[in-house]
Amino acid sequence: MAPNSIHWFRKGLRLHDNPALQEAVRGAGTIRCVYFLDPWFAGSSNLGVNRWRFLLQCLDDLDSNLRKLNSRLFVIRGQPANVFPRLFKEWEISRLTFEYDSEPFGKERDAAIKKLAMEAGVEVIIKISHTLYNLDKIIELNGGQPPLTYKRFQTLISRMDPPEMPVETLSSAFMGCCITPVSEDHSEKYGVPSLEELGFDTEGLPSAVWPGGETEALTRIERHLERKAWVANFERPRMNANSLLASPTGLSPYLRFGCLSCRLFYFKLTDLYRKVKKTSTPPLSLYGQLLWREFFYTAATTNPRFDKMEGNPICVRIPWDKNPEALAKWAEAKTGFPWIDAIMTQLRQEGWIHHLARHAVACFLTRGDLWISWEEGMKVFEELLLDADWSVNAGSWMWLSCSSFFQQFFHCYCPVGFGRRTDPNGDFIRRYLPVLRGFPAKYIYDPWNAPDSVQAAAKCIIGVHYPKPMVNHAEASRLNIERMKQIYQQLSRYRGLGQVLAISSGLELHHCYICYSLPLNSSWDIVPRKFSQFFGLLSQILHYAFISVYINLPHQDGNISVYIALNSCISANVFVLRKKFWLINTVTGYFLLASYIKNCPSNC
Amino acid sequence: MKSIFSPTQSRAKRQRTGQGVSASQSHVPDWGSLPHHIVLHIFQYLSLVDRARASSVCRCWNDVFHIPELWRRFEFELNQPATSYLRSTHPDLIQQIIKRHAQHLQYVSFKVDSCTESAEAACNILSQLVNCTIKTLGLISTARPSFMNVSQSHFVSALTVVFVNSKSLSSIKIDDTPVDDPSLKVLVANNSDTLKLLKMSSCPHVSPAGILCVADQCHGLRELALNYHLLSDELLLALSSEKHVHLEHLRIDVVSENPGQTQFHSIKKSSWDALIRHSPQVNIVMYFFLYEEEFEPFFCDETPVTHLYFGRAVSKDMLGRIGLNCPRLVELVVCANGLEPLDEELIRIAERCKSLTAIGLGECEVTCSGFMEFVKMCGGRLSQLSIMEEVLIPDNSYSMEQIHSEVSKHLGRIWFPDMMPTW
Repeated sequence: MAPNSIHWFRKGLRLHDNPALQEAVRGAGTIRCVYFLDPWFAGSSNLGVNRWRFLLQCLDDLDSNLRKLNSRLFVIRGQPANVFPRLFKEWEISRLTFEYDSEPFGKERDAAIKKLAMEAGVEVIIKISHTLYNLDKIIELNGGQPPLTYKRFQTLISRMDPPEMPVETLSSAFMGCCITPVSEDHSEKYGVPSLEELGFDTEGLPSAVWPGGETEALTRIERHLERKAWVANFERPRMNANSLLASPTGLSPYLRFGCLSCRLFYFKLTDLYRKVKKTSTPPLSLYGQLLWREFFYTAATTNPRFDKMEGNPICVRIPWDKNPEALAKWAEAKTGFPWIDAIMTQLRQEGWIHHLARHAVACFLTRGDLWISWEEGMKVFEELLLDADWSVNAGSWMWLSCSSFFQQFFHCYCPVGFGRRTDPNGDFIRRYLPVLRGFPAKYIYDPWNAPDSVQAAAKCIIGVHYPKPMVNHAEASRLNIERMKQIYQQLSRYRGLGQVLAISSGLELHHCYICYSLPLNSSWDIVPRKFSQFFGLLSQILHYAFISVYINLPHQDGNISVYIALNSCISANVFVLRKKFWLINTVTGYFLLASYIKNCPSNC
Repeated sequence: MKSIFSPTQSRAKRQRTGQGVSASQSHVPDWGSLPHHIVLHIFQYLSLVDRARASSVCRCWNDVFHIPELWRRFEFELNQPATSYLRSTHPDLIQQIIKRHAQHLQYVSFKVDSCTESAEAACNILSQLVNCTIKTLGLISTARPSFMNVSQSHFVSALTVVFVNSKSLSSIKIDDTPVDDPSLKVLVANNSDTLKLLKMSSCPHVSPAGILCVADQCHGLRELALNYHLLSDELLLALSSEKHVHLEHLRIDVVSENPGQTQFHSIKKSSWDALIRHSPQVNIVMYFFLYEEEFEPFFCDETPVTHLYFGRAVSKDMLGRIGLNCPRLVELVVCANGLEPLDEELIRIAERCKSLTAIGLGECEVTCSGFMEFVKMCGGRLSQLSIMEEVLIPDNSYSMEQIHSEVSKHLGRIWFPDMMPTW
């Protein structure tokens, strides 16, 4: 008897390039496509109404595309682990397929379901199609550790085979004699719920700026490529006032929900580039948007604490301020900085903001002005941003707050100047903050500096109709730059003076400080391995001119390990020879690195 | 830690299960009779809590726990759960240190969160450090400057306790605190021979006369950080006097809070010259947080600044003057600038600032050709070149890909512009 299959949709809400879905249909007698939705969870979840609407639209679109193949989508109310056993029995299922989920939470859930399915005698087929590459392969190529800089990531990618081609779209022909049994009461039992059913108040809800669904995604990718072909310029587009607004060619939410296959996008870009440029090898920068996403998925896949500061091995511990009132002002667009407030309003209303606008508000919340933890900002984005995937959201926040990925932290965006340079006229602000509409361009970014007469003429008194700025940006950025320096220069390098005080000479631009401690009770056989990991990491921060490594080794034997690791590191990469490189053992206080030092006398 | 605490226990267990008896028995050390210096060594790497717990294991370890060497360095962390994610030093431990180890403390720092209570707690501890010989004292606000919210008299009296009692202070970091002239006088009266480093950026209660008093008396001062309003010709001359050691590091913060409300004085060229004659190697680091129109008084004459950091938009004129008047410039960071490309200014800086080795550009614009010209002129001496990708405007001569390979060629190493994630 031909098997009965279930294809389990999570992300990957599409019929094109869906290898797991193909596997479900191949040779099967029946196919049922399911999506799990827990209505109770919906009401209590922290996802905003825009995200839910987008998801429901995706499901609607999926259902109507399946209907064209005489099939339907089964939206199941409940939790997969509770419901699957019943479905397996009721539908006599022998095959379960789904798209591979690289995120730690997803991996755990899928492992449990897989076990459950195997126990019920159901074959499980999992296919990678949410990312371009098999992320584990990237990690393997990097010696078992996820790459921590984008450059390193690009290097690894360039050494790998190109991504696999997209598979063909599910069609009637492909379905063959595989059918979907649909009952009379399908819509009542398994129909896509409405927002109201999920407990959202939709009265006065403006129509979606970003309509969800595969059909929309495929229209958009054509427009996207047409525009690129027309411009014939494959550089990153420069930002201007227009790029701040939602664009009908924007794709990020569609990639997030998998309405659009990243591989389809990848190969369409490649084809177009070859056609227009008439050369065969496009640069990696062509795929920038896709590769950044891939980079963060890779960094997160083995790190269940990726969205936390505590216990996250790649996140620097920064003594952020806890300040719920300030956080609320930021999230509710009441900071008193029109540029920040307009962006946050756009985010809440539409669910999308330009990536440089994200930089602006993220910098303002964290290292730039408010000194509030990136975790808090990440949660707000999680609620509001359509394309906020767990990995990409957390990764970008760590990046923007200089908590990881070895960032230069002097790039602080000014909440006044940055916007003014992007949109000198201030139309973006007038669009999202109508209360400021009357201000002339000269004052629209810093209305608190406008004379009373200008405020009166604009019918907007600062402090009455629109808040005063919540911080003094100059003072805040001065303080925060110092705070950042404290964190990155925990140890003094001043000869003979205080052991405690961080005494900088010059600017922080130069220096990378690394502290590396081995726990006292770590057994010695793991030391060399730990160090080779550590030096693998070091080789990723080559762009620093000076690297000071402070190593806390609880035992003298450790020196030998450092020596071995460093030597292998040198033979592998000659980079160190060009850098000033200090290796300081803070415990035993002496070096066993004579031969290394001999190698580069001018530097040590 | 378990393996240290329970050797006998684990031995007993192994004997019971009958595994590895011969191997383990011959190797089990007598932890209680480890030489003091080894226990001391281990203790130095334990967290304070672990150290305190270990000290109650046996008499020997307890003796070690009170060896002065173990208590030379201490960092008090004072946080409130409502304002910080980080934990505080345990109050019992603080009490124990004050009671039993205060006289051993040499390197002391206080890290406080943004809550005023934390800063007050730090002051309370300070005022109990009576029998101390502290060498290094750091008051560090890790989030917002909470020492500024402590009443000035409370702060000053606490600080004075340390100044009066320690008498051999060499390094003091008291940025963003309400320290005032009289307390500096006390500092000078008691520590003038030993003071080497003083960091006091953004201390609004100190006057130019107050800092001048420090410079006049403390001839060993090698590092000084202060705000521009405290910098005077007299101060530079005092630091250049014959009795004074070479100054190594002078950091000046130039901050204005409201546009047009702060008038900035200028420093005479002769005063700068005197300082450089006296301390030819000195690093002069200037941080600017000004509005564009406030830059006029700066760098109109030759200024021996070595490191320049512009935290806000800087005017094109100002950058032009840097090329003309800052021959010692080593490092330049421009966080932001207006909309016009900075080609000419950068090229002039490359031409005139022969020591320039590091540059960072944030929100600015430079054309690719202008940037290439700059890199060609500086060549390999640019050990640090940090440019945001958005800064470079592609033109007819160079695309971004070409820029990467050309710049790498001139620098003699692989170079890329800094990138931010496209989301």
